[in-house]
Amino acid sequence: MAQQSPASAELTTIPRLLARNAVRFGTKPAYREKEFGIWQSWSWAETADEIEALALGFLTLGVNPGDHIAIIGRNRPYLYWSMVAAQTVGAVPVPLYQDAVADEIAYVLDHCGARFVVVQDQEQVDKVLEIQDQLTTHLDHMVYLDPRGMRKYDHIHLTKLADLQDKGRAAKSELGAELAAREASHDYDDTCVMLYTSGTTGRPKGVVLSNRNIIETSKNSAEFDHLEPGDEVLAYLPMAWVGDFIFSIGQAYWTGFCVNCPESAETMQTDLREIGPTYYFAPPRVFEGQLTNVMIRMEDASRFKQWLFRVFMDHARKVGPALLDGKPVGTMDRLKYKLGEFMVYGPLKNTLGFSRVRVGYTAGEAIGPEIFDFYRSLAINLKQLYGQTEASVFITQQPDHEVRADTVGVPSPGVEIRIDDTGEVFYRSPGVFVEYFKNPDSTADTKDAEGWVATGDAGFIEEDTGHLRIIDRAKDVGKMADGSLFAPKYVENKLKFFPNILEVVVFGNGREMCTAFINIDLTAVGNWAERNNIAYSSYQELAGHPMVLETIQSHVEEVNVSVAADPMLAGCQVHRFLVLHKQLDADDGELTRTQKVRRRIIEEKYADLITALYDGSTTVSTETEVTYEDGRKGAIRATLELRDAKVVAPGERMAAE
Amino acid sequence: MSGWRRNEGRNASGGDIYGKKKQQGPGMNDMSGGNYVTEDGRKIGGVLMEMKNITLRFGGVTAIKDISFDIHEGEIRAIIGPNGAGKSSMLNVISGFYNPQEGEVFFRGSKRPPMKPYQVANQGIARTFQNIALFEGMSVLDNVMTGRLTQMKTNMLAQAIWKGKAEREEVENRELVEKVIDFLEIQAIRKTPVGRLPYGLKKRVELARALAAEPKLLLLDEPMAGMNVEEKEDMSRFILDVNDEFSTTIALIEHDMGVVMDLSDRVVVMDYGKKIGDGTPDEVRNNQDVVDAYLGVSHD
Repeated sequence: MAQQSPASAELTTIPRLLARNAVRFGTKPAYREKEFGIWQSWSWAETADEIEALALGFLTLGVNPGDHIAIIGRNRPYLYWSMVAAQTVGAVPVPLYQDAVADEIAYVLDHCGARFVVVQDQEQVDKVLEIQDQLTTHLDHMVYLDPRGMRKYDHIHLTKLADLQDKGRAAKSELGAELAAREASHDYDDTCVMLYTSGTTGRPKGVVLSNRNIIETSKNSAEFDHLEPGDEVLAYLPMAWVGDFIFSIGQAYWTGFCVNCPESAETMQTDLREIGPTYYFAPPRVFEGQLTNVMIRMEDASRFKQWLFRVFMDHARKVGPALLDGKPVGTMDRLKYKLGEFMVYGPLKNTLGFSRVRVGYTAGEAIGPEIFDFYRSLAINLKQLYGQTEASVFITQQPDHEVRADTVGVPSPGVEIRIDDTGEVFYRSPGVFVEYFKNPDSTADTKDAEGWVATGDAGFIEEDTGHLRIIDRAKDVGKMADGSLFAPKYVENKLKFFPNILEVVVFGNGREMCTAFINIDLTAVGNWAERNNIAYSSYQELAGHPMVLETIQSHVEEVNVSVAADPMLAGCQVHRFLVLHKQLDADDGELTRTQKVRRRIIEEKYADLITALYDGSTTVSTETEVTYEDGRKGAIRATLELRDAKVVAPGERMAAE
Repeated sequence: MSGWRRNEGRNASGGDIYGKKKQQGPGMNDMSGGNYVTEDGRKIGGVLMEMKNITLRFGGVTAIKDISFDIHEGEIRAIIGPNGAGKSSMLNVISGFYNPQEGEVFFRGSKRPPMKPYQVANQGIARTFQNIALFEGMSVLDNVMTGRLTQMKTNMLAQAIWKGKAEREEVENRELVEKVIDFLEIQAIRKTPVGRLPYGLKKRVELARALAAEPKLLLLDEPMAGMNVEEKEDMSRFILDVNDEFSTTIALIEHDMGVVMDLSDRVVVMDYGKKIGDGTPDEVRNNQDVVDAYLGVSHD
């Protein structure tokens, strides 16, 4: 195996891993990119050549050790090579989000003092040129990949990437020694990459990750999932995201597997199908979107096909996850599953591009259990992980055969986990970042002297399995009047998994019981109303319909049962709720632009409703100000019904299960 | 979106660091001399096509009356005018669909005898249509491949057997077509039947097919008709890029004045089959006859 190589002691930088791969894997493909309708590929040896030419090119531009080189664009081999070439000459690559607006780019370029920028195309060139006057540091040179539309630009401070490589190749005889010296001077604890966190609060912070962080993490996680040189990944997530750096550079170079770049963002689904990756990562919304597509297309299918799909998917739900987890399954069930594989699951997986997936991960937010189970039941080994930029991704992950929708797995190899009194999760690992660039205060706030890093998330470790469960953001977690844990997001997420429910806000911090505001999902509930011949003229009327309230009440009670199953969180059961007469909206300041609930604002705005929830009244009249899309304001009046939901007393817990 | 370079790109004012300055078309005076260089650095060559005293009649109706104008190599030339002014007829004369009763057409310096449209296409003139004329049941790729038809040398039998020369030829043509697909950013619909596409994309596919013929002169009949703002911006960008990257000469008919004034180097204005103006967008905008034609002054 790759890991036991005699040279492993010296494999302390990415360029050294590249050199090893060029020798060991020589002609095996390292990168593929679809262009002009054909998958073009580069072997490891060719990749090493390309990167060397680019690194020499950087030397001709006068890149110094420690310089920052910003990289902006979508996943393309040349841009990955720019990162490795930057490392080769001792510079620090700083990948940026390609859809970042000019202001954000200006901030980051200024903050890291980038002297050089490598961009994908004219669009990015224009963006950087637009903001270059705002920079306090001097931008020395820009390199672009796609020459389209660039002919008329003044090329004093601009170079085409291919031209830069030619220049580098030509200068090999004079600069070769310098390059070798630069390469040799870089070591395990030098900076490998700097990644800016998106920063929900305040300005983005530059997370400095060392070679040790990246290589140790890549090695551990590659061993954990038994990644092999023959694996294939599709690189389609932003290059500025730490996950892409670990998957497409760290693990790829450590293991020697092939990174495939799609033709364009729109062709991603087709390219996924053509490549059939064996190792795949996607955020929950991607899986959700694909499942929705499948369901919509099934509704248009013929009766017979629908029947076939239903029968076999029911069976898959029953035995698929058990088969994947290696649990005992009866012979007849196995046979029927085999038949289903031939009739339904195989073709379906092929359509989705998942035929060859051996290891799949999802992370970032909670995934709906039924979505998760759908993929698991098709024998796709989809697992969850929990990670952060500051940890070089991995904090916990689920081992094969121990996969569940409600945990994020066991600590990754080399990671220690600690939960403090407030419930906040801390970790320490070889992947823990060096520092926030030029920000010692934040570094000290996040990482203590012993190397423990605060995640900002509250969670607990299950006693019997050792799996970590994340319940909420630590700052949102509070205490109820009786001192038990209050974790609103945990309950809200459970409720939001019902298609009928769009948004939930749970209250109860410092109070004796929990209550909730609920927003119905107009698409799902409207659809249901249509099918059941229930007439309604407005959102408000539908939201107040007794049958809707009845349905929502049953959802709340179902969630209460599952919440009660956790002794720590049993206090968070929703005692009373109401269905809001309007949808929470970013225009009214109730949600952030990224659709996250702003609790404080909602608490102030709907204070009268909250009071009613706690004083025991059964109806409440209210008036709410709304902002229309054109900025005008209006008011809606409504009388809302408040309902009590059944809760499970702590003693009844076992009975309820 | 890199957007429409209406105000920032090639018509940008002031000298920014990449040295693009406000572009000014040639004045009426220096036009007769032929070659000129726009200030944004595009070289406009000599006369590519010249129409001399063209008159076109359909029975008793005179669609075009004694019109003369020229198109220079590398420029974007617009033909505008109110409905029924004879713009499309003019384009059809250029593309060889109509043969005018009077007048002469010069292409690349030599007089063009009456020709069939396919002969004109072989000379290097390609066009798109006001009402999309694609093969709805065929994929985008196949549609664009038909643009290569005039360039294919092998006969039908050889293509059916598809060995040796025919195979090589198809590979070469496919490569060129893929470059066009890449250029117009339609990779994602490569295999989609055209009938399933929205209107704006169909227009783009039509442009792709015309480009696949590697035309010297590209005729666009209302490329933006019926499009929303975003689609118009995309199309404008593609027209500018085609002109810029391949130095293709473009003649277009368009109703959207904003688009015409921004895109074109020179504009011919027609009304009731007559030419009432010819010059740079600024000159045309200030021409009293043009203003009258658009605002509707009684014709006596």
